[in-house]
Amino acid sequence: MNTTSILDIKNLHAGVAGKAILKGISLTIGPGEVHAVMGPNGSGKSTLAAVLAGREGYDITAGEARYLGQDLLELDPEERARAGLFLAFQYPVEIPGVNSTYFLKSALNEQRKHRGLPELDAIEFLKLVKEKIKLLDLNEDLLKRAVNVGFSGGEKKRNEIFQMAVLDPTLAVLDETDSGLDIDALRVVSEGVNKLKAPGKAQLVITHYQRLLNHIVPDYVHVLMEGRIVRSGGKELALELEERGYDWISRELQLAA
Amino acid sequence: MSAVAPATVRPVEPATEVDPWVQPFARLESGALFPQQPAWVFPLRKAGLARFAELGLPTLAHEDWRFTNVAPLKGLPFAPTLAAPTQRLADGELDARPFARLPGDRLVFLDGHFVPGLSRVGTASGGGVVTSLAAAFRTHAGLLERHLTRYAHGSANPFTALNDAYFTDGALIHVPAGRVIEHPVQLVFVASGEEEGRAQHVRNLILAEAGSQFTVVEHYLGRGTATTVTNAVTEVVAADQVVMDHLKFQDESRAAYHFAAVHADLGRASQVNLHSFALGSRVSRHNIHTALNGEGLECVLNGLYLTDGDQLADHYMVVEHAQPHTASHEYFNGILEGRSRGVFHGRILVRPGAQKTDAKQTNKNLLLSDDATVNTKPQLEIYADDVKCTHGATVGQLPPEQIFYLRSRGLPLETARRMLIHAFAGEIIDRVRCAPLREELDRLVWDRLEQDTQIQVGPHA
Repeated sequence: MNTTSILDIKNLHAGVAGKAILKGISLTIGPGEVHAVMGPNGSGKSTLAAVLAGREGYDITAGEARYLGQDLLELDPEERARAGLFLAFQYPVEIPGVNSTYFLKSALNEQRKHRGLPELDAIEFLKLVKEKIKLLDLNEDLLKRAVNVGFSGGEKKRNEIFQMAVLDPTLAVLDETDSGLDIDALRVVSEGVNKLKAPGKAQLVITHYQRLLNHIVPDYVHVLMEGRIVRSGGKELALELEERGYDWISRELQLAA
Repeated sequence: MSAVAPATVRPVEPATEVDPWVQPFARLESGALFPQQPAWVFPLRKAGLARFAELGLPTLAHEDWRFTNVAPLKGLPFAPTLAAPTQRLADGELDARPFARLPGDRLVFLDGHFVPGLSRVGTASGGGVVTSLAAAFRTHAGLLERHLTRYAHGSANPFTALNDAYFTDGALIHVPAGRVIEHPVQLVFVASGEEEGRAQHVRNLILAEAGSQFTVVEHYLGRGTATTVTNAVTEVVAADQVVMDHLKFQDESRAAYHFAAVHADLGRASQVNLHSFALGSRVSRHNIHTALNGEGLECVLNGLYLTDGDQLADHYMVVEHAQPHTASHEYFNGILEGRSRGVFHGRILVRPGAQKTDAKQTNKNLLLSDDATVNTKPQLEIYADDVKCTHGATVGQLPPEQIFYLRSRGLPLETARRMLIHAFAGEIIDRVRCAPLREELDRLVWDRLEQDTQIQVGPHA
């Protein structure tokens, strides 16, 4: 096992209610790396993100996932977050009645507490928020509202990356962050993500379309089909997929079989 | 949920069943108990008694009482608190109670009798009247004769009829035209709870002249552990352009039976919010009847019930749109634990000609245990053709996807649950316009939820 990796997935099998979705995923992500997982609808992309973040309702039937050397799948979702794992949701949920600022400050301080750092007071937190919100070109007024309530689709996605900027994770998993974004919002979100790139940190970008990868340039691209990574390569693999579609790989796989 | 036929009113008990409730009235016949009351009051009492005898105590067979069983009342001695209590409230006794630090007028009652020593009047009402009803029979008899029992009159609610017969005291609030009262006027009703079956009947009349703005809090609490009965009726008359919040905070002892009714007659372009917070009592039933009698008015009925153990909290609303261009919004949230039960009955009545009515009704319930239950019943009767009426009800647990979202950011499960429960209650609390009151309610409800949910956090992981 590579102890210097951030995420190390080996032969991971997972499913829902007896139906297998992930059928043996292996993937290693090292510090400073950006990996993209691409695949058609139904290939298991969102299941991979959900299993990594610890969403309930999935059965892990085989394999393992180690994060910074520890067994990730043993941890509760909040323990994963405190250890520095962040999931940017494909569909961020609205939470009426929970103020955005209060929520994010509680979350950040919870994480700091567990890392032995002093909690931020209201003034320090506000300073951090003002600094990070600029990255995402987000209206500060949104933070006075309830979490994601009354946000447009684009605002919800930008808010995810804003939270990522504030929480400063070691591993960020971006689940179809590009879906539902127009080209301008896509650019803003991508720039935000790029600015958060750092030598000790890593990003796993999950997407259906190549267009996001014009902005967030990956070091590695993996193609996920029917619950397996069927091909891995450099960023040029994404361009090839864009040009030739997913069918091309399906056909090659069938020929090989 | 299902469509429901209009409720029928019929006597459901033979008269002999109500005898124990009728007999104490003999003590009023002599006139010795309330010598100061004008001659017109006694006939009102007598009519109330007759109507009660006719209606009888409700049973589960009665459409309006299908889910709320008051049969245990029959096992209690019925002891209306007609005479002033022998117990006293100590000077500082209310200091640690909710809202005690809010400035402004306060009237305190013990077992339905005015306690002048703990009351303070005239500090903020600025020319208006804030006084005990018993005193007002001497000082404002004309005003009372014009209004008292007029708005609750004809109610099919037997408890309102019983209140007509037995009411002892309560408040008269009369706010002159254009007057703005900054601090909430507080009415505090304490049940001594030292003797089984003591039944306090309190009566309030709130008269808001045109353009006045103020807040009234009716606060019901108990201090003993005996099974007591509270039966309160409040009549509200809001003239044109009145801006008013009426807030009932019910936190009586867990042994208490609490019945209350608010009858509000609302004028043109008024903005009246009627709030109900039901936290205490073993069984509580709160009726709100609003008559929307002026164009351009907007009325909000806003309620929160928190129950656990074997508590039952019942809210019964009738919103009557009688004029065109009126809006009503009902928001009731319930948080239920243990084996407790919640009942919501919301009737919207749109009279012929009340075009452009905008009526919205929402009842949301959070069940924090498998044994808690809710009965929710919307009832729409619409006799105009250009109206907008919507209703919706939900009963469920905390949404798992919201819990996961919060946890995925590092918040512990327990914190996530509390945040969501708090938010659910906060939706209702946020509609209270008076900021100091709202803030105190938020703290009170939060403290109560923290107490109640301690044992619940584990099993629902």
